[in-house]
Amino acid sequence: MQTPTEARQTSSDNSVLLRLLRADNSRLAVITIVIFVIMTLLSPERFLSAGNLSSMAFQFPEFAILSLAMMLVMLTGGIDLSVVGTANLSAIIAALLLAALAGTDATGGFAIAAILLAIIVAIMVGLSAGLLNGVAIGAFGLPPILATLGTGLVFTGLGVALTGGSAVIGFPDDFAALGNSAIFGLPVPLLIFALLAVAMTFMLDRTKYGLRVQLFGTNPLAARFAGINDLALTIRTYVISGGLASVAGLVIMSRANSAKADYGSSYLLLSILICVLGGINPYGGFGRVSGLVLAVLSLQFLSSGLNMLQVSNFATELIWGALLLLVMTTNGLRLRRKGRGSASTS
Amino acid sequence: MTDEGPSPFISIQHISKAFAGVQALSDVGLQVKMGEAVCLAGENGSGKSTLIKILAGVEKPDSGSIEIDGKSHASLNPRSSVAAGIQVIFQDFSLFPNLSVAENIAFSAELTARKKLVRNAEMRRIAAAVLDRIGVPIDLNARVETLPVADKQLVAICRALVSQARLIIMDEPTTALTDREVRALLAIIRRLKAEGVAVLFVSHKLAEIFEVCEKIVVIRNGRLVVDGATAGFSLDSLAHHMTGRHFIRTTPVIPEANLPEILAVRGLRRNGLLDDISFSLRAGEVLGISGLLGSGRTELAKALFGLMEVDGGAVAIQGVPTVIRNPGDAIDAGIGYVPEDRLTEGLFLSQSIARNIAVSRLDDHAGMGGLIDRQGLSAEIDEWLHRLKVVASPDAPVKSLSGGNQQRIVLARWLAKSPKILILNGPTVGVDIGSKADIHQVIAALAAAGIGVIVISDDIPEVLATCHRILVMRGGRIVEELAGGSVTESDLAHRLAS
Amino acid sequence: MVRKPTIDFSRNETLVAIVVVLFVAMTAIVDHNFLSLPTLFDLLRGAIVMGIFAIGVLLVLISGGIDVSFTAIAAFAMYSTTSLLVHFKLDIPWPFVFLLSVAIGAGLGLLNALFIAGFRLPTLIVTLGTLSIIRGFLLTFIGSQLISNLPANLRVFSRLFMIRGTTADGSFYSLPWAFAALVIVVAVTWFLLYRTMLGRMIFALGGSLESARRIGINVQATQVFVYAFVGGISGLAGIIHAAMARVANPFDIVGLELSVIAAVVLGGARLSGGYGTITGALLGVALITLINNSLILLGIPSTWQMVVIGMLILLGTGIPAYQTKRAARRAG
Repeated sequence: MQTPTEARQTSSDNSVLLRLLRADNSRLAVITIVIFVIMTLLSPERFLSAGNLSSMAFQFPEFAILSLAMMLVMLTGGIDLSVVGTANLSAIIAALLLAALAGTDATGGFAIAAILLAIIVAIMVGLSAGLLNGVAIGAFGLPPILATLGTGLVFTGLGVALTGGSAVIGFPDDFAALGNSAIFGLPVPLLIFALLAVAMTFMLDRTKYGLRVQLFGTNPLAARFAGINDLALTIRTYVISGGLASVAGLVIMSRANSAKADYGSSYLLLSILICVLGGINPYGGFGRVSGLVLAVLSLQFLSSGLNMLQVSNFATELIWGALLLLVMTTNGLRLRRKGRGSASTS
Repeated sequence: MTDEGPSPFISIQHISKAFAGVQALSDVGLQVKMGEAVCLAGENGSGKSTLIKILAGVEKPDSGSIEIDGKSHASLNPRSSVAAGIQVIFQDFSLFPNLSVAENIAFSAELTARKKLVRNAEMRRIAAAVLDRIGVPIDLNARVETLPVADKQLVAICRALVSQARLIIMDEPTTALTDREVRALLAIIRRLKAEGVAVLFVSHKLAEIFEVCEKIVVIRNGRLVVDGATAGFSLDSLAHHMTGRHFIRTTPVIPEANLPEILAVRGLRRNGLLDDISFSLRAGEVLGISGLLGSGRTELAKALFGLMEVDGGAVAIQGVPTVIRNPGDAIDAGIGYVPEDRLTEGLFLSQSIARNIAVSRLDDHAGMGGLIDRQGLSAEIDEWLHRLKVVASPDAPVKSLSGGNQQRIVLARWLAKSPKILILNGPTVGVDIGSKADIHQVIAALAAAGIGVIVISDDIPEVLATCHRILVMRGGRIVEELAGGSVTESDLAHRLAS
Repeated sequence: MVRKPTIDFSRNETLVAIVVVLFVAMTAIVDHNFLSLPTLFDLLRGAIVMGIFAIGVLLVLISGGIDVSFTAIAAFAMYSTTSLLVHFKLDIPWPFVFLLSVAIGAGLGLLNALFIAGFRLPTLIVTLGTLSIIRGFLLTFIGSQLISNLPANLRVFSRLFMIRGTTADGSFYSLPWAFAALVIVVAVTWFLLYRTMLGRMIFALGGSLESARRIGINVQATQVFVYAFVGGISGLAGIIHAAMARVANPFDIVGLELSVIAAVVLGGARLSGGYGTITGALLGVALITLINNSLILLGIPSTWQMVVIGMLILLGTGIPAYQTKRAARRAG
């Protein structure tokens, strides 16, 4: 019972090279490498300097973690416009707590205990924020874009209301050290991101929850008919996303040694951009962590390299947007060709 | 082929078309005269859709000629096709749910007239006139999304007529209609024929439209198989032409008596949809639930599988009272459900075959922390593909399979779960006749293995060929219980409709 | 057939209108000076720019798309127009200044159209990309400095008032001519949507893109029009913003996009396309303007503004969404 389409599929893929080029992330991998090489050639001694490499490794984890949060909900066909709001609210509450419990001069065991407590509270805040999103979307049926637009305003608004709009400062030095130190030469934020990225890959590929997320994202109705508990799945997804956002919030807070309601405001669009660039299908169902990592790296190489060439941050923004449209345009053309081919055999 | 009477409105000859090396049509010819209805029959994948697309001007033939009204065209484009008087009514009707009936009907006419401004009064006049022409009253102001399916189809027909259609091509026009609606549609078709409009039905469900067609054209694997007057065909000979195979009509083997009751439903009701539904199902039995569209047959299936809330009633499985609030409860109770609409409700089209089967088995193959035993799962998937005779890589997307194989994948999903009860809603809708016979065999084998099977279908030969016992539904109630083998096709058809 | 003059409570417009009235009533009870001409004109003035944006967003939503780049387009058109005039010391009458800004906006809208109609990419992604590109280009190549000495003719415009006067208790009130721009945009868009075939085609596109294609609507041309029109409208909103603020700040406006979309959706437009009314969009804007301006009068600190708007979005879209979900669950 083989249809012509199947016959064609099995007979083609013959060369390893062709298959590599056809793989999902190949184009992006090439782009990432090209950017890296160009930046290296343009200013080899500076781009490859230890200082630059380390500063890049400190910079990207915070928005990379936010992108992981965005990616998970995108896989279910949703979107989370509240990630930055969640991150900042978590950080602000942790900061207020930390500043109240232990001031800048607190040290030793007491400071560490306070920091641990603040971290736990921040993550709890993130999980609760995610729960609110999940309930609004899963139980009340709000479209994700509207639900998270609303909760995003509420979270950011609470952050503003709690702080009056100014930065919260005055934590133990140990906390700032967390986000600005390195273990075996690897920055702590990078380690946190790597850990989360590996965990996410593992979760998506190897656990039943991960597979269900991808199936639900492909066709929510069929998921329901197949007995997937869509409410539990949606809530769990947004809760995890909220948790990831709060981790990003803590990283930002530690690196800035302060918390503020409008930190990272450019990260919302950036995280969507990274997901789409990384090949996460915004309609759900498909996407790999490896694509996201490549997207993060290519954007970071680009912005650090341009920064080194004295190009303004605004130009970097321009190039990011152009890169997004470039990748989408070439992907889109490929998709359309594919679509035409398969539609014709009916 | 006879050539007396009116001259052909359209005549296509030696049409061939290949896609990426696959020959979709080769050397196909077809004539439709004015005022004539022709049925183009063929299984899924026979090349029917390609032929429609060529007539609609969406695809260009590689070779062959098209002659319309004595004028020959090398190929058509959407504009020239419409200008020549060809109108295609696709299965989805291509209407605008958010616009009014009047606007939907008159939109293309106003476009053709190259109007820049909206002429509401004129649009209403056009719509009212054409509704009057086919003799149906539909509220001109109603938003199309609020109309029942049959009315939407009529709106689509009206729109085609407004665009000066001389040939209306209807793609599977009866799939979503109740028996009464089909009859109303046929009456309208006769009216149009009398006015000289030609109609080309494209269908694989033939019994219903047999009576209005003068001629039947059968294509298989892109080639014309047979072409002749309707009177020369019977349902059996058509099936043979469409598949190239002969079918022996089977009657189900009656299971041993005294098998244990596996499902008992008592007084199930749901306001306006289901009324006091009570029945029982025994292990190893195939129970048919038949009824027309809107009889409550699908609602009953959904209620049993926890997809629809009920207002009251009790369900017991193997004597144990069971409350089913969602599909998860139903699955835990040992029920599997193969839904009516495979493409939207059954499958994750762009996901792999393996994942489409695995979805029901994730819990059983997951260990600590929800970690999946990949080897165990993929061995099981290979086994089911083998048992159901699906030859394909488990990693291929399920959308690359034929309709019959896709249905086998949905079946495999539930069989892998070894259910006690399997509900199949329209098990062979959109499945080619060859696979249909295979699926019927699978059903018989399941029953033989002791599973209680419920077949929900309005396909009368199918119900008779597979079911030991048949419940007839009408208006949300079970109105009759028949023993399989005790009724004839026409008898059952009559009982469904009365 | 005559439509019965009953109130349809299932419509978003009705709900939003009720909330607006309640809000006004509550504020009026707390602050007796609230119901006055100065307040009214303050609110109207505050709603001009957002109102114009909302009409553009409505059009895109009806056509089945979404646009988040309109704020960047507005900032770009506004700033490049003023900097052009200042740099070349051009002293052209203000209507031409407006036209220039509208033309630049429409041109940038064509950039969106290129990717959406030409390459058939998802609208959200495209406009997200163009948002970055347009803003990045503006701030890198055109300028990132505030222009506070606007061309004389724009200053002239900002001092033109439709209505001005003094109340009995001596407070001034005024409504600038900029308000007429909103009225004109509303009137033109209404005519476009309900009286031209092009407008019906925009509705048809949002109803079903595939059907539109099949009945021979030129989908690409219609999309090109939609995005160019919205770009033009955004250019107009941008230059009016600068004229009223009497300063051209390239960092202004961007960041408003989600609030405007929220206002339009609160007013009943569907993100899935095909549905939405001008009345609804304007009511949504009215509600958000009202909250932005009078929360303090109700004793709620201004820092809570965002929370209130967020809650309103959740409730305003949550109640109808929940009703639909309940109905769907019942129906199976």
